[in-house]
Amino acid sequence: MGRFFKRWVMMLLVAASGGVMSGSPVHAALNVFACEPEWGALVQALAGDKAVVYNATTAFQDVHRIQVKPSLLAAFRRADLAVCTGADLEIGWLPVLLAEAGNAKVQPGKPGYFEASKYVVLRGVPAVVDRSLGDQHPAGDPHIHLDPRNVLKIGEALVQRLAALDPANAAFYQSRYRDFASRWQSAIQRWEALAAPLKGMPVIVHHKGFTYLSAWLGLNEVGALEPKPGIEPSASHLAQLLENQKRQPARMVIRAPYNSPTASEWFARQAGIPHVVLPYTVGGSEQAQDLFGLFDDTLQKLLSGVKAPQG
Amino acid sequence: MHPFKATAAAVALAFGAAPVALAQSGAEIQEIRQQIERIREEYEARLRALEERLRQAEAKAGQAEEQAAKAERQAAAVARRRAENVFNPGLSLILQGRYAHLRQDPETYRIDGFIPSGGEVGPGERGFSLTESELNLHANVDPYFRALFTAAYSPENQVEVEEAYFQTLSLPQGLTLKGGRFFSGIGYFNEQHHHAWDFIDAPLPYRAFLGRQLGNDGVQLKWVAPTPFFLALGGEAARSEAFPGSKRNKNGISLGTAFARIGGDAGPSHNWRLGLSYLQTSPQERAYGDQDSAGTPVVNAFSGRSTLWIADAVWKWAPEGNPTQRNFKFQAEYFRFQERGTLAFDVKGANLADRYDAQQHGWYAQAVYQFMPRWRVGVRYDRLAHDQMNIGQVLNGTLTAADFPILNPYNPELYTAMIDWSPTEFSRLRLQYARDKSRQGAPDDQIFLQYILSLGAHGAHKY
Repeated sequence: MGRFFKRWVMMLLVAASGGVMSGSPVHAALNVFACEPEWGALVQALAGDKAVVYNATTAFQDVHRIQVKPSLLAAFRRADLAVCTGADLEIGWLPVLLAEAGNAKVQPGKPGYFEASKYVVLRGVPAVVDRSLGDQHPAGDPHIHLDPRNVLKIGEALVQRLAALDPANAAFYQSRYRDFASRWQSAIQRWEALAAPLKGMPVIVHHKGFTYLSAWLGLNEVGALEPKPGIEPSASHLAQLLENQKRQPARMVIRAPYNSPTASEWFARQAGIPHVVLPYTVGGSEQAQDLFGLFDDTLQKLLSGVKAPQG
Repeated sequence: MHPFKATAAAVALAFGAAPVALAQSGAEIQEIRQQIERIREEYEARLRALEERLRQAEAKAGQAEEQAAKAERQAAAVARRRAENVFNPGLSLILQGRYAHLRQDPETYRIDGFIPSGGEVGPGERGFSLTESELNLHANVDPYFRALFTAAYSPENQVEVEEAYFQTLSLPQGLTLKGGRFFSGIGYFNEQHHHAWDFIDAPLPYRAFLGRQLGNDGVQLKWVAPTPFFLALGGEAARSEAFPGSKRNKNGISLGTAFARIGGDAGPSHNWRLGLSYLQTSPQERAYGDQDSAGTPVVNAFSGRSTLWIADAVWKWAPEGNPTQRNFKFQAEYFRFQERGTLAFDVKGANLADRYDAQQHGWYAQAVYQFMPRWRVGVRYDRLAHDQMNIGQVLNGTLTAADFPILNPYNPELYTAMIDWSPTEFSRLRLQYARDKSRQGAPDDQIFLQYILSLGAHGAHKY
């Protein structure tokens, strides 16, 4: 028994020291673990080739429900910086990575752990938290990236973090941020001008994941296909929404690429309104290859929805 | 009069038009004076109105500022309340209950051909019953440790500390040290909590070789490699307590394990994990009940060395990695169990001890498919087999095989099918049917209806 155990400990130590050797070489670039693709794109915009970005999820996945697959553990293990939304969005999977990946650098409180939601004002903080009301977010709505003004605030905090983690390239990050910020601000002006026809437009969403977009553009969310957040659309709830449509007609149904098309397509057909799939995040459509593309395409899709014939 | 015209007239009067004005009559001058007076009054009135509006606007701005400050104070209060909560551990409670319809008397449950593991391996009570309720608390202790505590409340009103461990958060180079009581990292199924199981019961090899699930009091060191694919190595040093070990009054380590896992993705929709684990322990006088050839109950005991190898494989599929609509999971584990030592027959009576060598294996394979949101179906096949068993007393003729009825060569099998419905990730109802051939010559048909409810903190599940 004792002999076996000693042999095993020796083996582990040899393996670990091998890991120390292979893990030590000077990093050419920061390894960044982005919980969501929007933050991966933001890091890429600010750090360029100074960062190697691993996107843990895609626009086609429901980020509330991610399986902790082995590749996520491997990527989290190698990360110098983890950029996540926070506000409990990743509560179903990030805790496992924090506990099991063995990476001390990216634990909460360390410079390598960045929570985007800390740098913006969260909307929709529930007054009452009760699971009978669905899968609520007690800290507030975490889908913050769909207001481009938030992206700028988060970028400002993120560039400071990048500079702190990689001081040698601090000036590089700062100058890229200034460039990004000025292009972003003029893009916001352009988008806001483009979006003028959308102000006050009544829409129905699949999941309440567009709160920040609606608030920014002045869209009027008159209903959600999910009867309660995280609960699949039911026939009776859809019938109720159709009934409401007579009194307060929504102009379109919008959903994210990861939402099942069944309910929104059915509703759009019944109500005779367009069904619009917004990219939701970077990679969610062919045009949304970066953050600029994300908002360009979002607006273009909303505007073409407005122009689409009714009935 | 239009103010602009009036002003123009006044200016004209005051400057360029003055000489002409002298020529005008006194009545006209009077009229102009009146006009100017009116203009002045008009402007004063406008000025007063503007001043009033300014005052109101200022008052409103003050109110808005006050409201903003109030909102800020409220937000701060909420944040403070939340911050206080942050320092409370995550708390969750799992409630489980079931209805069971069993053809065979559960009291007679045994796995024929295998030394009884003494764990909770049987199918449980007939009819309605509560199964384990779990209370779980977990939190980061400080920047260096995370801790978790799970108490299992049995339907017989007993409380058992299922897990109570700390785990390091700040060791360098991918190392994590865990200490306390925890489910061993061997195999794939072993670390899963009861409420996360895909079937109501544990696979047969776990019941036969690990007394359902191996829990250790000890330490675990784990290393995750900084490789592009997933590679983890781990080992545990523990005090043996239950099967295959036994309680021992001994310093040092009485149970050791080692495990290695690799895993990765195959495109966005598929991922996999393979594992290999090893366990070694040296039970002393590990007793079990049987009956001799005359039908008299006896207690036998094994002392020696037990080793177990487990190879596990898991493959998961979800379209585009999004499991919410449809997903599929396949898992299989193979066990090789070896015991070498002495078996004492009837320790309280005849106490005949001789050598005992056994080599056995077992495996199970299962597939679970979520074919639409909320609904899953699953099937599992379990099998145990004898490779070889030498009982000294039987070989030298002191006793006969009939004196060890439980150890009669037999290969148990278990067929299971289930369907479950999960309205949300916090609740699940399950219907399961099994044909259990654990007992030789007495197959059991089992029907279970089960509920699993999860209250409190949002649980995160391992792979």
